[in-house]
Amino acid sequence: MAANTRDIRRRIKSVKNTAQITKAMQMVAASKMRKAQMAALASRPYAQELSRLLLPFASMEFDHESGGQPLLQNRKGGRDLVLLVSTDKGLCGALNTNLLREVSHFDPETTDFVCVGKKGLQFLARAKRTVLAEFHLKDNFSFFDAQAVAKFCLDRFLEGHVNRVTVLYSHYVNTLTQNPSQRVVVPVQSFDVGHAELGRDDAPSDTAVKAEVPEYILEPNQMDFLNSLLPHFVFYKIFHIILESRASEHSARMVAMKNATDNAKQIIKDLTLEYNKIRQASITTEILEIATAQMILS
Amino acid sequence: MAATLKLEIFTPEAVAYRDDVEMVLLPAELGEMGVYPMHVPLMTRINPGELAVTKNGEVVYLAIGEGFAEITQTNVRVLVDMAIEERFIDEKAVEEAIERAQKDIREALQGSQEVAATQVALMKSMAQLKVRRRRYTPSAK
Repeated sequence: MAANTRDIRRRIKSVKNTAQITKAMQMVAASKMRKAQMAALASRPYAQELSRLLLPFASMEFDHESGGQPLLQNRKGGRDLVLLVSTDKGLCGALNTNLLREVSHFDPETTDFVCVGKKGLQFLARAKRTVLAEFHLKDNFSFFDAQAVAKFCLDRFLEGHVNRVTVLYSHYVNTLTQNPSQRVVVPVQSFDVGHAELGRDDAPSDTAVKAEVPEYILEPNQMDFLNSLLPHFVFYKIFHIILESRASEHSARMVAMKNATDNAKQIIKDLTLEYNKIRQASITTEILEIATAQMILS
Repeated sequence: MAATLKLEIFTPEAVAYRDDVEMVLLPAELGEMGVYPMHVPLMTRINPGELAVTKNGEVVYLAIGEGFAEITQTNVRVLVDMAIEERFIDEKAVEEAIERAQKDIREALQGSQEVAATQVALMKSMAQLKVRRRRYTPSAK
């Protein structure tokens, strides 16, 4: 009996500790999520400017079969390169599970993977897929880090090892919803910078930007300019996708931790009730025993 | 009316500079170029280096990375992957970064893709150092 109450007390204590930890993680995730959103917002002017620079080229006709623009080349068949953007740490609900389920859509024979985030790497190792490289996710992921990732993928494409580069990542819809999605970044199919919900605010729409397109002189020349602009475009796209996936990670973790905290609180409540019931029962029995003893004595 | 140019410098992480200025000196691909108001519309590639801004007769220097510039008669928009104002450059940190990068390249411990990235980093660090040194060492030009 006494052992039973002590047991319950101990369990309440341990659940309380767990609740404290999950609560703290929730707070941390919330602040990191805000930071990730701010980072995505801060890159918005850059994105707009980038699409401005690409504007004069948007109406140009390119020869997609051969052509002088390697990054615009549409090559049929061949191998795929998938850049898998997962998270480094777990405890973020079903985020990675949902994401990694998508991996099965790619043929193991013709697909190479590049990983950002440890969880993806672990999964691919288990699934015995080909992993070419792995990059670490840092807390303040800079454009420079993204450039290293993107450059690696671009080189594979330019050297002809792969004919497509697809990014598989958790698309941020809102705090509660993140969808696994894939986007082909190379060959470049459209000059749309593709700003997702993350960066959406009341900024001027594209039509305002399109209004004036003066005739520009291009230095050193048109083709060279486009040749160097396109990789930058891909760098930025990958950078933005990684930022977005970070926001997804942190909001998923925040929600998961909030649920865990709520559950822990519920368990504490149930256990406390149980504990009080047992305590009450034991007091009642004791009183009964005393009363009975007294009755016998008198 | 003193004609001014609206200079904006964008990096993926932030808007690094936004102000009305009198003149901009850019490290363009085909050589340094000075831009005054009413310049002919032009787009150019930019090499990592030093960008000088003249405002109210005073000159401010920024170390910038690779990127592009779009010049119109009234605006200069610079799109680079790094932009740091001279007074924010931490000389010691930059020196350490250069040393680290050079060591990495020498030892070539990393994969080829990372060596390439390191070389870019090195170039950017050098640009920062150059801007910084130029201002503060009397021996430099």
